[in-house]
Amino acid sequence: MGAHRCAVVGVGQTRHKAVRADVSIAGLVREAAMGALEDAEMEWRDVDAVVIGKAPDMFEGVMMPELYLADALGAVGKPMIRVHTAGSVGGSTALVAAGLVEAGIHERVLTVAFEKQSESDAMWALTVHPPFQAPLVAGAGGYFAPLIRAYIRRSGAPDHIGMMVAVKDRTNALRNPNAHLHLPDIDMKMVEESPMLWEPLRYLETCPSSDGACAMVLTGERVADGAPRPPAWVHGSAMRSEPTIFAGRDQVNPRAGRECAADVYAQAGVTDPRRDLDCAEVYVPFSWFEPMWLENLGFCAEGEGWKLTEAGATAFEGDIPWNPSGGVLSSNPIGASGMIRFAEIAQQVRGLAGGFQVEGARRALGHAYGGGSQFFSMWVVGTDKP
Amino acid sequence: MRDVAVVAFAQSNAATDAHRNEVEILMPVVTEAIDRSGIGRHDLGFVCSGSCDYLIGAPFSFVQALDAIGAWPPVRESHVEQDGAWALYEAWVRLQHGDVDSALVYGFGKTSMGDLSEVLTLQLDPYFVAPLWPDAVSLAALQARAYLEATGKGERDLAEVVARSRAAAMGNPHAVVHEARSADEMLREPTVVSPLRPSDCPPVTDGAAAVVLAAGDRARELCERPAWIRGIDHRIEAHALGCRDITRSESTRLAGERAGVGDAPVDVAELHAQFSHEELILRDALGLGERVDVNPSGGALAANPMMATGLIRIGEAASRVSDGGARRAVAHASSGPCLQHNLVCVLEGE
Repeated sequence: MGAHRCAVVGVGQTRHKAVRADVSIAGLVREAAMGALEDAEMEWRDVDAVVIGKAPDMFEGVMMPELYLADALGAVGKPMIRVHTAGSVGGSTALVAAGLVEAGIHERVLTVAFEKQSESDAMWALTVHPPFQAPLVAGAGGYFAPLIRAYIRRSGAPDHIGMMVAVKDRTNALRNPNAHLHLPDIDMKMVEESPMLWEPLRYLETCPSSDGACAMVLTGERVADGAPRPPAWVHGSAMRSEPTIFAGRDQVNPRAGRECAADVYAQAGVTDPRRDLDCAEVYVPFSWFEPMWLENLGFCAEGEGWKLTEAGATAFEGDIPWNPSGGVLSSNPIGASGMIRFAEIAQQVRGLAGGFQVEGARRALGHAYGGGSQFFSMWVVGTDKP
Repeated sequence: MRDVAVVAFAQSNAATDAHRNEVEILMPVVTEAIDRSGIGRHDLGFVCSGSCDYLIGAPFSFVQALDAIGAWPPVRESHVEQDGAWALYEAWVRLQHGDVDSALVYGFGKTSMGDLSEVLTLQLDPYFVAPLWPDAVSLAALQARAYLEATGKGERDLAEVVARSRAAAMGNPHAVVHEARSADEMLREPTVVSPLRPSDCPPVTDGAAAVVLAAGDRARELCERPAWIRGIDHRIEAHALGCRDITRSESTRLAGERAGVGDAPVDVAELHAQFSHEELILRDALGLGERVDVNPSGGALAANPMMATGLIRIGEAASRVSDGGARRAVAHASSGPCLQHNLVCVLEGE
């Protein structure tokens, strides 16, 4: 966080779907951006700079697509930055945009993140085959499943925890009209009977591939004070990275995640996240990452995360709802997934989350991670000025 | 704004080296810049890099690059899928926040892995332009022709830019092109795509660059003569070539104005001109007169490790300030077809 206050005054999202054949890539990002401008009651000309993010360019086959999207996002004649920090990119993009406001460089910044996964096959685009390196995994699930198995072994968590998260997030998604997956009959049996993809992850414990975009208008204090709808104030923000392959790493409970959370909590004055935060939107692309991140983010002691999930603490009616929007398990336009977390949590503290509004949400956490559990970006936003 | 300076710069000896991957090219460069800065590797406040997956043809090239910096304990880090010059911009913004005093910035690219001119076609509008497969050299030639016709200049003017760049590159150990040639010799070459000849185009280069930034008194402690960033700005233009005047660079003009290029005399300018005619367009856009020493390093015509080339311009300009050769220097970086996106940075001594 810099010397100047920053707030979210506009949020826009597309309807996320497996295939958005009705729009081009430009049409998709523009839909989200126009939603954010409308929410902020601003015009394109009011925007000082545009910060755009997405995951690898190979997902759409367009190299550095910010160049092609400059016109559609009203950036002509303005600064435009393109962020890419793997899966955490949606969150990092929001933080780079907030950084421009916090540094006092711009007053109104439009930030956008997207992925149009239907343009390619993300699973195989993620199956990296660099020269001189053995191809070890197929897709992101192939990378993360061993970490989940390690978590289960360490914590002694029972088998049904992952399925509980899958049911909880899909049930939440039923209240969210933008969510990709709407499975009205979702229950433990349906998840259990879905095919096993990467032991212990079943098909329904895995995020979908979505087309979608998310956008926010971030402003300085003067503009936010006069905003037409309640702003969400940034109380703390941080990014942390660590290397992929290094014998000293704990990939199950990564140090970068713990330190990023500690940094953001210190800025926001959060000492006990479970008590001090009202809800959280956390990047859970595979069911088991909920209990893993509960521990990594300090909502409980190590080894205890699955107990919170099992007790329903993270359910919509629980004491610390996680992913009331349905989360990444219900919508996953990869490059946008992190920004959706940041935006949905801003909507919660603005009181604008609609059918999945957590009552009395005033201070809350948005989280994104990427790479081999090695890139983290987080913010804490609040109803009140920091 | 908080005063921020370039306190150290390093670059690879640019070459097409099939035996080294991006991390192997990057690692010694990052280490050299950190060593020169005098800041401990683990005391750097922020890290930001620029690279592009399409150069090696695999996703997440920046992820493995983290191995080159030794990101343990975990670091505050970010990455742009843009030239390292934009990573430097993000780091400069981050230093304005006041909680950290130093930043490492790096950019790298291994352009020899594919046919760069054709790979760059993938930057174009994917629905209406890329399917026609216009390559980067052809688009540059289109711009060069339009520029020559609009200004009444000729191919000799282009050849003279190349001759000057090549002569300058003879003194640059990091250059790939080490062959001085006269404008007359150049004009005897057949064109690649008229009016551009092989010497009007940049060499295929693998390479990396790293810069260390420090703020305020920290910069003064570390460096005898820090190169202070007095202004930095970047602007993008319309993507479609039919929607902008490609004989000028309006985004460079605007960025230069906002960075304060015209506020005082300029001694040296390092311009990210990948093709000879681009240098002429950029000189016009920045209002650089005959007395300005343009591209004393030889510029991108002498070495063009894409995604680092723009950052190298900032590093070279800063080096001229730090070595006392210039009081005030301008650095420029560019991205996209026909100079679509441009960044301008003004550097000064105390």
